[in-house]
Amino acid sequence: MVKAKHHVEAVKKCPSGIRGLDEITKGGLPKGRSTLICGSPGTGKTLFAMEFLMRGALDYGEPGVFMTFEETPEDLAQNFITLGFDMPDMVSRGLIATDHVYIARNEVEETGAYDLEGLFIRLGSAIDSVGAKRVVLDTIEALFSGLSNAAILRAELRRLFHWLKDHGMTAIVTGERGDKTLTRYGLEEYVADCVIFLDLRVEEQITTRRLRIVKYRGSSHGSDEYPFLIDDRGVSILPISSLGLDYPVSTERISTGVPKLDAMLDGKGFYRGSTILVSGTAGTGKTSLSATFADAACQRGERCLYFAFEESPRQIIRNMGSIGIDLGRWVKKGLLKFHAARPSLYGLEMHLVTFHKAIEEFNPRVFIVDPISNLIAAGTASAVKSILTRLIDYLKMKEISTFLTDLTHFGGSLERTSEEISSLIDTWLLLRDIELKGERNRGLYILKSRGMAHSNQIQEFLLTNQGIDLIDIYTGSGEALTGSARAVQDAEEKASEQARRHEADRRLREQERKRKALEAKIAALRAEFEAESEELNLMAEEERKRQVLLAEDRSKMAHLRKGEPSAVRRSARKRRGKGE
Amino acid sequence: MKAVSTGKGKKAKADSTKEVWNLRLYVAGQTPKSITAFANLKKICEAHLAGKYRIEVIDLLKNPQLAKGDQIIAIPTLVRKLPEPLKKIIGDLANTERVLVGLDIRPVSG
Repeated sequence: MVKAKHHVEAVKKCPSGIRGLDEITKGGLPKGRSTLICGSPGTGKTLFAMEFLMRGALDYGEPGVFMTFEETPEDLAQNFITLGFDMPDMVSRGLIATDHVYIARNEVEETGAYDLEGLFIRLGSAIDSVGAKRVVLDTIEALFSGLSNAAILRAELRRLFHWLKDHGMTAIVTGERGDKTLTRYGLEEYVADCVIFLDLRVEEQITTRRLRIVKYRGSSHGSDEYPFLIDDRGVSILPISSLGLDYPVSTERISTGVPKLDAMLDGKGFYRGSTILVSGTAGTGKTSLSATFADAACQRGERCLYFAFEESPRQIIRNMGSIGIDLGRWVKKGLLKFHAARPSLYGLEMHLVTFHKAIEEFNPRVFIVDPISNLIAAGTASAVKSILTRLIDYLKMKEISTFLTDLTHFGGSLERTSEEISSLIDTWLLLRDIELKGERNRGLYILKSRGMAHSNQIQEFLLTNQGIDLIDIYTGSGEALTGSARAVQDAEEKASEQARRHEADRRLREQERKRKALEAKIAALRAEFEAESEELNLMAEEERKRQVLLAEDRSKMAHLRKGEPSAVRRSARKRRGKGE
Repeated sequence: MKAVSTGKGKKAKADSTKEVWNLRLYVAGQTPKSITAFANLKKICEAHLAGKYRIEVIDLLKNPQLAKGDQIIAIPTLVRKLPEPLKKIIGDLANTERVLVGLDIRPVSG
C-alpha cells in the first residue's frame, strides 16, 4: 500500500546541503529513498554521507542516524571535526545518533536459519531516539565479510531497503567499488533510485576528485563528471554549467590605466564587469599591463584581487616600481590583495575554490589572474576551460571586471591556446613581438572588444620608467616600423627636413646680404655725389672770391691808371648781382 | 576464573565442570526461529551442561537498546557471556555439533 503510494507520486527531493550537488540533481537526493554512493577507497564516500547528515540536522531540521560498520564512534567524531562538525555536541543535542556495528567473524558461529532483525531493531531504536529523517549506512558491505550466509544477507538487504523506504527515510548507503561492478557485492541491485559514483584520478601527479550520477530514477540530472573537493568546509561540487547567461551588464566604462589604450578602446576603456584577456609571448609586458590596470583600479578606490602564478607579490611590487608603478602603497591601504601560489600546488578544482573563497572574503571589483595559462599545468585543457567558464560566469554575476593574462609559446600561433576560452572573453588584447632589423619590439593591438568601436591599429608598446606608453608605429613610406628602425626613420626625416630648412635660411641670408650690399652701394654713390656737390660749391665760392679779388685788383689798377672807369663799374655790378 | 579460562582450551575442561555457564539468547518476539532456537538450546544444555547453566532470554522488541551492547545484528543470537571469552552463535541452533563447537563444549558422550 505504502509502496503503491510512492510509485504514484512524483519524486520528491531532499536537499543534501552539499554545495553543488543539489544543482546537479536539480533539488537533492530522492526523498524517502536510498541513494548509493560508491567509489574506490579514499574517494570521500564517508565524508559525503557525513555532510549530508550534518547539513540535514543543522540546516534543514532533519535529524539523522549514522550507522557505521567500519569506524568506531571515536574515529568518526575525529572525521567529523575535519569537516568542521562537532559530533559529540550534536549527539548530546539530540540531532544525530550514531551506532557502531561491529562484526568479528572469528567470534561468530553460524548455525541454522537467522535474520538481521537485530540490525533493524538497532536502526529503528536509533531513528526513534532522535526522530531521524536521514540515515547513513557506512558501509553496509561489511556484513558480507562478517557473515557467511550470502543468501540470507541478500534477502535481508532487500528487506532493509524496503524497510527504510517504508519508514520514509532518506538514506545514503556507501559501497566499495568492485572490479567489474559498481560495488563489490552488487549493492546497486537493491538501491535502484539513485546511484552516485565517486572517482579519484591522478593525472600528472595531481589528484582530481570527480563525481558522476550514474542514475536517478524519475528525475533528470546532470550526467557529466563533475570535479569536487573536500576541504575544511566540507564537500564542494563544481557544476560546470550551473550558472546561466542571465547576469547583469554594465555600460559603465573603466580606465585601463594607459590613456592611449583607453583611446584605442573607443576613448573610454573597458566595460565594467567585462572579461579581458591579454595574450602574449614571454616578456611582452603582460604583467606590466596587469599592474597598470590594478594601479588604475586602486586609484579609483576599488578593491583589486591579484592572483599571481608566476612571481611572488614582493617581486611584482619591486619590478613594477621600475616602471613607475607603486603597488606597495595599495597593499598597505588594503585596496590591493595578492594571492600567490604555484599552479601545480593543488589540483584544478582546488584553485577554483581558492578563487571563490578569496573573492568572497575580499569582495573585489577587479580580479586579475596572471597568468591563466599556468593553470593549464594543473589540469587538462578541457578541465581548465570548464573551470574558467564557471569562474567567469561567477565573476560576471558579481560584476567584477576580470583581467586575465595568457602566456603563449614561441613559434605557436598567438591565438592558439586562447582559442578554447575565446568565446568567454569580451576584450582581447594581443601583445606581440615585432622583429625587424635585428631587434625585437613590442606591439599591442586589440583582437576583439565586444560592444565598442575599437581601434584596429598596432601600437608600439613601450615600458618607460613613467609607466606604459603606446606610440603610433611609423607607417610613412608604406611600411610599419618600430623601435630603432622607427627612430632611424624619424631621424632621417628630421635630418632632411633640417637640411631643407638650412637651405631656405641660407637663401634668405644671401638675399639680405645682397640687399645690404645694394644699399651700401647706393649710400656710396650718394656720398660721392655729395662730395662732388660740395667740391663744386667750393669751386664756385673760390671763383667768386677770385672774381672779387680780380675786380678789386682791376679797380685798384684803374684807380692807379685813372683810365677806363666804365670797365670797373661793369664788373662791380656783376659781382653785386651774384652775391645776392 | 578468567585465568582458568583464557587460552587453555581443552585442558580447562576439568575446571570448567565447576563453572556456571551464563548464556544469553537474543530474540525479537515470539517468532518461529526464536522458539526453535530456545528449544534447541535447552536440549543441548540439558544434555551437556546439566545443572551448571543459566539461560537469559532477551526480547529486543521490548529492550531494543540492549542490542547495541552485545553487538547484536542477527536474530536469534546466542551469546556465551561466561565462561570467557565471549562467544556468539547466530541462527536457530539446529546443528547441535556446531553449537557445541561454537560454545566450546565437549560432548559428554564423546
